Amino acid sequence: MAGTTKVPQSSTATDQLPAGELDIVPVRNYARWIAAVASVLALVGLVGSLAKNDNLHWDVVGEYLFADLIFDGLATTLWLTAAAMLLGLALGTLIAVMRLSSSPVLYGLANAFVWVFRGTPLLVQIIFWGYAAALYKYVKIGIPFTDVTFFQAETNSLLTPAIAALLALGLNEAAYASEIVRAGIQSVDPGQAEAAHSLGMRPALTMRRIVLPQAMRVIIPPMGNETINMLKMTALVSVISAHDLMSNIQDVYAQNYQVIPMLVVASIWYLALVTLLSVPQAWLERRYGRGTTRAAHVSPLRRLLGGTMERLGKNSKEQNR
Amino acid sequence: MSTPMVRAEGVRKHFGKLEVLKGIDLTVERGQVCCLLGPSGSGKSTFLRCINHLERIDGGRLAVDGQLVGYRRQGDKLHELREREVAERRRDIGMVFQRFNLFPHMTAVENVMEAPVKVGSVPKAEAREQAQELLTRVGLGDRAHHYPAQLSGGQQQRVAIARALAMRPKLMLFDEPTSALDPELVGDVLDVMRQLAADGMTMVVVTHEIGFAREVGDTAVFMDEGVVVEAGDPRRVLVDPEQERTRAFLSKVL
Repeated sequence: MAGTTKVPQSSTATDQLPAGELDIVPVRNYARWIAAVASVLALVGLVGSLAKNDNLHWDVVGEYLFADLIFDGLATTLWLTAAAMLLGLALGTLIAVMRLSSSPVLYGLANAFVWVFRGTPLLVQIIFWGYAAALYKYVKIGIPFTDVTFFQAETNSLLTPAIAALLALGLNEAAYASEIVRAGIQSVDPGQAEAAHSLGMRPALTMRRIVLPQAMRVIIPPMGNETINMLKMTALVSVISAHDLMSNIQDVYAQNYQVIPMLVVASIWYLALVTLLSVPQAWLERRYGRGTTRAAHVSPLRRLLGGTMERLGKNSKEQNR
Repeated sequence: MSTPMVRAEGVRKHFGKLEVLKGIDLTVERGQVCCLLGPSGSGKSTFLRCINHLERIDGGRLAVDGQLVGYRRQGDKLHELREREVAERRRDIGMVFQRFNLFPHMTAVENVMEAPVKVGSVPKAEAREQAQELLTRVGLGDRAHHYPAQLSGGQQQRVAIARALAMRPKLMLFDEPTSALDPELVGDVLDVMRQLAADGMTMVVVTHEIGFAREVGDTAVFMDEGVVVEAGDPRRVLVDPEQERTRAFLSKVL
């Protein structure tokens, strides 16, 4: 700091810029510090009371947290989430493109699909698929009104609880995903498609190479939300006992009556999985954000400390020189 | 005499009840530069967009290189073209837009390579080399790996020209290529277009740059309210016009 000239306050006229380098005092956020201390105290109190509450039976939580049955359920929950999201996104993109198509047939079909699958409760759809065998005993693919059959099987052997759960979640997701994808496609400047067309690119190629990659930037954040939702909605398929995490948890507390501890086990795992999901989302957002500038991420600690850290960093850099 | 590159006879176009083009007659010969001028709303941009079928015409005939735009002639019947066929015809026509319309998720060189690789089936390495050459030709050889957002407006527009040239078009359409640019960046883009004209490219240019039209244009076409008011040698039309409307427009612009 030897080079810093300190200008006395009195010599700084209002219409004159200071001659030398002055020390900058960042804004002190006293209210933030008070709020931070109060929040920490409240949280410590809450955690303490939970830890000391005997009704929670932490021993039961500990016993089941890493039980085989729970891991089996977790595996089902995970593949069900992944498969249903893939089905939903693929079908949803197709439906979004159909809804934007100039063909009245495609548009009408897509609209009808969204109307049905968005318009009925997911729980109803899950139970419906679970009991589809009561509607059609056999699944037959052939030419209608003739005896020609290419494929025939008993509905119950095809629609296992897991497959029924996948269809229910995936088709429901497709209806919602299609609206998200449609919004994404419509957010892309029409000039982009015109430029692609003027280069001789056909509509399908234009959609795949030019429009969808740009739409992804708008699609990913809500689809991240949908994935998190899906992970939790898989709990609903316990009604057709698809052996997901929640089904297995229910099986346990139906026998040992430890409802609250078992729900704590479920909550811990759902929270852990949701936390993990934010990692691929951040990666995807960076991947599709290429070519757009965005502000660097500022950590909460840094925001609490205000400009202090930046100044420290700057000083140390100067010293290194 | 060979077939003209662009031939329009009584071209009409309306959006709903609004008649935008009320019978345009126009011929652009090979290797010529035709500049379309006129006040905004005169239909000049719409006409340009009709040439590569971004807008579909409602009446009259419009042919590029002897082929009707949007139709295939078989005997005495005209068959509307399928999307695939329309796309094929567009390959031969390059277009440059007022707002550049570069693909923001691709670097400059990727923008230029995209169509040759995906439409023209040129091998990637070869397309990259050609794209690099084209970027050098428009003075941006050192900006190949920049994204459009990292380039100035004038640089973006020059990348857009290189991108259009990558498909080796026989006709280039320019839709107010310098209207969205800061004044000091206009010159670089006009220089590239001047060079292109000198190389013998057939060009149709919608522009407000009277100086460019006078210097580079082989014909100047003045349009107003969907009709051609006056057309001919730019050194006459833009200096000593016959029509009062042209005179009034020029006095406002100059």
